[in-house]
Amino acid sequence: MKRLSSLKELAGLRQSIATVRDTKKQVVNICGGTGCIALGANDVIKAFNEEIAARGLQDKVDVRVSGCPGFCERGSILTIEPQNIFYQRVRRKDVAELVQATLIDGKTVERLLYPDLTTGKKVIREAEVPFYTKQKRVLLAHSSRIDPQSIEDYLYFGGYAALSKALSAMKPEHIIDEMKASGLRGRGGGGFPTGRKWETTRHAHGDIKYVICNCDEGDPGAFMDRSLMEGNPHSVLEGMIIGAYAIGAHEGYIYVRNEYPLAVKNARIAIEQAEEYGLLGDNILGSGFNFHVKISRGGGAFVCGESTALMASLEGEVGEPRAKYVHTSEKGLWDRPSNLNNVETWANVPQIINNGAKWFAGIGTAGSKGTKIFSLVGKVRNTGLVEVPMGITLREIIFDIGGGIPGNKKFKAVQTGGPSGGFIPENLLDLQVDFDELTRVGSMMGSGAMIVMDESNCMVDMAKYFVTFLMGELCGKCLPCREGMKQLHYLLTRVTGGLGTIEDIALIESLCSTMWDTSLCGLGYSAPNPVMTSLKYFREEWDAHIDEKRCPAKVCKPLITYNIMANCPNCGLCVKACPVQAITPRGKKEPVVLDQVKCTRCGSCFDVCRLDAVLVK
Amino acid sequence: MVKLTIDGRQTEAKEGAMVLDAARALNIYIPTLCAHESVSAYGACRLCTVDITTRSGRNRMVTSCLYPVEEGLAVKTTTEKIAAHRRMLIQLLLARCPESPELKAMAKKLGADDTPFPKEDPAKNHNCILCALCTRACDEVVGQSAISFVNRGVAREMAIPFYNDSDACIACGSCFYICPTNAIQMTDKNGKRRFVMPHNTMEFELAQCAQCGRYHLPKRQIAWMAKKSGQPLEFFARCISCREEVRL
Amino acid sequence: MKLTAQQLKNKIKPILGKNHNDPAMLVSILQDTQTELGYLPRKALAEIHKELNIPLTQVYGVATFFKAFSLEPRGRHQIQVCMGTACHVRGAEKILDTVERELGIMPGENDKDLRFSLETVNCVGACALGPIVIVDGDYAGEMKIDKVKPLLKNYK
Repeated sequence: MKRLSSLKELAGLRQSIATVRDTKKQVVNICGGTGCIALGANDVIKAFNEEIAARGLQDKVDVRVSGCPGFCERGSILTIEPQNIFYQRVRRKDVAELVQATLIDGKTVERLLYPDLTTGKKVIREAEVPFYTKQKRVLLAHSSRIDPQSIEDYLYFGGYAALSKALSAMKPEHIIDEMKASGLRGRGGGGFPTGRKWETTRHAHGDIKYVICNCDEGDPGAFMDRSLMEGNPHSVLEGMIIGAYAIGAHEGYIYVRNEYPLAVKNARIAIEQAEEYGLLGDNILGSGFNFHVKISRGGGAFVCGESTALMASLEGEVGEPRAKYVHTSEKGLWDRPSNLNNVETWANVPQIINNGAKWFAGIGTAGSKGTKIFSLVGKVRNTGLVEVPMGITLREIIFDIGGGIPGNKKFKAVQTGGPSGGFIPENLLDLQVDFDELTRVGSMMGSGAMIVMDESNCMVDMAKYFVTFLMGELCGKCLPCREGMKQLHYLLTRVTGGLGTIEDIALIESLCSTMWDTSLCGLGYSAPNPVMTSLKYFREEWDAHIDEKRCPAKVCKPLITYNIMANCPNCGLCVKACPVQAITPRGKKEPVVLDQVKCTRCGSCFDVCRLDAVLVK
Repeated sequence: MVKLTIDGRQTEAKEGAMVLDAARALNIYIPTLCAHESVSAYGACRLCTVDITTRSGRNRMVTSCLYPVEEGLAVKTTTEKIAAHRRMLIQLLLARCPESPELKAMAKKLGADDTPFPKEDPAKNHNCILCALCTRACDEVVGQSAISFVNRGVAREMAIPFYNDSDACIACGSCFYICPTNAIQMTDKNGKRRFVMPHNTMEFELAQCAQCGRYHLPKRQIAWMAKKSGQPLEFFARCISCREEVRL
Repeated sequence: MKLTAQQLKNKIKPILGKNHNDPAMLVSILQDTQTELGYLPRKALAEIHKELNIPLTQVYGVATFFKAFSLEPRGRHQIQVCMGTACHVRGAEKILDTVERELGIMPGENDKDLRFSLETVNCVGACALGPIVIVDGDYAGEMKIDKVKPLLKNYK
């Protein structure tokens, strides 16, 4: 591999990649993201390679492992080109048939096509699947075509053209102006204008400056950063190089969460490849600009997603946040000016440089520009990553793209922004999703997790879930967060346990108010959001727990009982399933007997019963 | 110098000074538990929260021990809301350390008689409020970093590594002197200095004065002082009183 | 596996070298040490403290702060039950209960013959497949109570 020393050489390389690429070959693009791997994608990839070798098709077919197209619910997913057929829920056993029917005979395999959820009609093209039709895929556009471990693939699809443009035709100030004009706001949660942040860091005193990529994606239910880093790491890296050039930084860090081994691997490969080509390192593309990037793996701490805690961790210290009255763009890593942006923010940079600020600002709402990737999870039929223009309504995301709620259940709430966000009830479903609107209703954009809940989820339990989560993740430095979370957890346990009183609610409210105003970092001061929005929008559920000692969703264990109904034919399934031997058979065809004293309300009997003979009261 | 107003009073402070210092220079009381002039500001207790309005009109609450003074800043050290927050904070601490006389006294001052939260077993936290004064003193003043926080979050504790490795400790007692809640006890007895910390105890040998025979300093501290000062060990063989006598 | 002081030194030295003997790389050094030794023995932490010339409190503080580190020996197989939100709304708690019952241990513990270590994780980003259990890095998605026992049987 030859190191490129000029823009011309980069153009030449791009040209040669395009010429050697055999477009006549059939291509099987198989998603190699974590979601699909969990569903056995590695087996599918292996089977394709074996089958193709066995049939001597190596010269006619390429098997490529691509990034994540986002439709995790339907994994393992793959597309076959040039026929442009989209197959879903493919397993190892289906591979031989796919090779014969599609690759050799040129036919489609009907049963592996996506069935439209309303009409049942089979859809052949990926672009026609309703999950994709309402999306606007900019950042994820190439995910299902690019092999994330191949820089040539990225170059083939126009990669590093933005860097080329920035280095040759733009001054740093010009790039910052462009970023400001685009209206891009930080995708990590805060929503701070990116261009302004870059400008402050550029103007901050000091010769040594840093750029940092935050891939410590800890919000439970959010995985867009993981997907981008796994599926298209060069787009993030290219953004960072451009940012460093604009800011005047020569060193950068990518901080990746410990739980994302594939993201670490692909980022590492991307850095090595970019260095070999001279797109990273000293004298990038002969421009005289130097920039080096290191990877740092997190140690498994949610709080390190907070910028100052992340920087402390990068310095080899305990991941404790510090007050940000002096901004990190002035005094960050090792007290030097540091510009930290999240993965998705960095990935937007090449798009803006390539297409212009005007194009970017043309997407979205007045205060929030561009697209945003959400991870749509929970009680929704099409789980996965969706990239949509800002300003789309929650209803469109959940019902049109997400396909609505599975199992004929009723929608109850959607939680956005992770543990720092809030619950949004049904009557706000037509809310236009952007930074300001979400904040207005008591939630926030956060990193973009969108967790859908149906009538079988208890909103008091969900509030308690987030408090429990944060209690396990907080750093322990400041008093209101550490002691407050402990007491908040205690109070919520009282309510879910049927011991709550009206005074407890008042205490929860004043405790939340103190945590809000006096906590040191975002983890603490946004922690009340799930609790307060649950109280605000679902007060009747709280009242049921307190006044009637009843959990309407039948979730809170101390408030429910399991009961065997008269239609129980004594099949024995629940007797076997019960972990505490609380169920005993009475005789042939007679309903079994459940001992309420022994019962731990684990729900095993309910889950195994095929005849709805177990009733939760 | 920077001009600002605190509770309506005009004042000046050095650039880089914190709002807390500027307020104390005016004799305005702001409660604190984790601030001390000999160590860096940390911001753990949050009791010093004040209300500020910047020159550009932005209003918010900040911790005064960490917020640098700025031109035209208007500070209110108490409002009804801040008083309520301070009461809540001290009540949280009272639940953590229900028997601490120091906390009880401060709670009274802040208008809280008792805590609405369940009280933890006093033997659990031993009056330690995790203010980090001892760890900062040990690190920044003594330079030994013998104690630190261990574990994360609600499990955080102030301790020595492995709860029994005190190789770095010179037994100087700085942690004992700076602790605002007497969570660390220090006693000199029978030629030994004994520390009872919240989660471990340590004992160190004291040196005997070569002249008067009194036990004066821990042997480790003498070694440390000799190293820091460049004086020979023999210089510290006698206690400070005997040394003073010679000089006279 | 019992190591002599010299063997331990020999194992730690290249790890420090790989990380440029840089105290800023402490988290990475501890990760590599844990990968090498299976956990972070006290003597290893003391060695790192001496070689990097940083306070033992810093090494011990960081090692006890981050979840990824274990100061105790761990089982041959690592079980992680995802407690992320998407898994929670789909009943992760029941799965965890079942794993706890099957092994007779709580998260953070090993079973008595050191076959399994159990821990919870907060979201591994494979939310479509919740609830998820991960054993030795392999994902088992769409878990059900009655799938727990057969899953664990695969690991000796």
